[in-house]
Amino acid sequence: MREIIITVATISSISGVLAFLLSIANKTVGNYGEKTVTINDEKDYVVEGGETLLSALIEENIFIPSACGGKGSCGYCKVKVLEGGGQFLPTEKGYVTEEERDQGVRLSCQCKVKEDMRIEIPEELFNVEQYKATVSKLENLTDKIKLVRLEFEEGKEMEYKPGQYVQILTPIYKESFEEIYRAYSITTPPSSKNAVELFIGYAGGICTTYVHEYLKEGDPLTIVGPFGDFQYREGDREMVLVAIGTGMAPIMSILRYMAEKGIDRKATFYFGARTRSDLFMIDEIEKLKEKLPRLELKLCLSRPTEEDNWNGEVGRVTDLLEKYEENGEEKEAYLCGSPPMIDSVFPILQDKGFKEEDILFDKFE
Amino acid sequence: MTLNPFVIFFAAIFTNNMILSNFLGMCSFIAVSNEIKTSFSLGEAVTFVLGFTSIINYLIYHHILVPLNLEYLRYIIFIIVIASFVQLVEMIIDRYFETLYYTLGVFLPLITVNCAILGVSLFMIIRDYSLIQSVAFSIGSGLGWTLAIVAMAGIRQKIKNNPLPKGLEGPGITLIITGIMALAFIGFSGIVQIQ
Repeated sequence: MREIIITVATISSISGVLAFLLSIANKTVGNYGEKTVTINDEKDYVVEGGETLLSALIEENIFIPSACGGKGSCGYCKVKVLEGGGQFLPTEKGYVTEEERDQGVRLSCQCKVKEDMRIEIPEELFNVEQYKATVSKLENLTDKIKLVRLEFEEGKEMEYKPGQYVQILTPIYKESFEEIYRAYSITTPPSSKNAVELFIGYAGGICTTYVHEYLKEGDPLTIVGPFGDFQYREGDREMVLVAIGTGMAPIMSILRYMAEKGIDRKATFYFGARTRSDLFMIDEIEKLKEKLPRLELKLCLSRPTEEDNWNGEVGRVTDLLEKYEENGEEKEAYLCGSPPMIDSVFPILQDKGFKEEDILFDKFE
Repeated sequence: MTLNPFVIFFAAIFTNNMILSNFLGMCSFIAVSNEIKTSFSLGEAVTFVLGFTSIINYLIYHHILVPLNLEYLRYIIFIIVIASFVQLVEMIIDRYFETLYYTLGVFLPLITVNCAILGVSLFMIIRDYSLIQSVAFSIGSGLGWTLAIVAMAGIRQKIKNNPLPKGLEGPGITLIITGIMALAFIGFSGIVQIQ
């Protein structure tokens, strides 16, 4: 008994002393006081010094895109720092190019607020807000893809462009011990301001597992958005839309927007899936065609099974593009899906004459 | 054992090198040995942390744990001491020595869980060193670790210009070179042995 007490007391007192020293250090050495962050020379924010720029801005309700949650492993949270911020860190090296570095670009999750700072962020990020939403619909589109409808609180509205995305804040649950943000494209048109719908494919990750195995209708879910410069471009050039799997999401938003506005542009939508059971939303697109008479849908299956009884195209979207596309100079392309798909489609479109600046893409990583 | 502290110091660098004869501290050794400059900074950080933590651990072990018959708690106590010491030093450097922070400070969290550091504290207890011997041993080990990682970085910088089979790139070839370097260091082992 005595030994147990001595053991516990020793460990507790040694840890206690160390914790005491650390907390004193945190209060004195780690305390930088309040600092001012000036954004775009317009707005001043007084923030707690010593934390990273990213978390300081989140507390002021300015949401810089970040997929990894501040670990310095995605490279999305770039901001331009004009003054303050200290030296460039070795941990930023892999994500910020020499050229960007000369302009003052930093990763906001690495750079700490230790002095007053002057920074520049894209104006539309002021538009980004956190929304408390309720899951009002959860539907299986295929056995791997779910449609999730999120309704915001009464009176809360989101202004977004067709093609943009939101981030879901995955809460702590049985299989994950930290809150993380993951990005998903909006499938609804911008007119749906009080609710958005997302397609979420099951990939075994923290967020997809949560959505597929734990989330229920009626659950609350926090999202942040809108983000992204993959957006519909106004104009009357012919459009080529290419997607696989959940990559259909932003394309749906674009097509629904066009249908609502009565924008009659010539457009071809190439959509690829593995088998017939992986196809979804096809009826919906057929319905959109009534309002978009010059929209053409080209489907292909990469591995149709016997039961599929498939008479359509077999192969990948790259095969379809090789076969049907020409005169790219006059067209613009919207690509959406996995990085390998986009990396293989990009050179094909360039061969067909598409200009680099006319190929917009959104890589789902 | 009453070895001269100088003997221990040199033995810790050459004959009983932490990496090349004990294979301790391999994770940061492999991860950071890309460039001579950063390797050197990491080596400095390891030496610095080793020097101080071994003194603190020595004092705690001999003045608290031994009198209370709690030697078996050394693993957990050493780990706590090392982790909090590293954090404290990081905070101080971050605040007051900005340039040092960029060369040394960013590496400190990397070595919180470096097994070479825990290893040195444990070896000094197992081998029953006096305080002076422990200091010589820990600084020697730190310098030995630095020597090994800087040598490795020098080799890896040259390798960058030469194509390697795909499967061997990165950690693969680093482990092979470490093995060859360890063989070379066996050459020193005839001079003196401390374990």
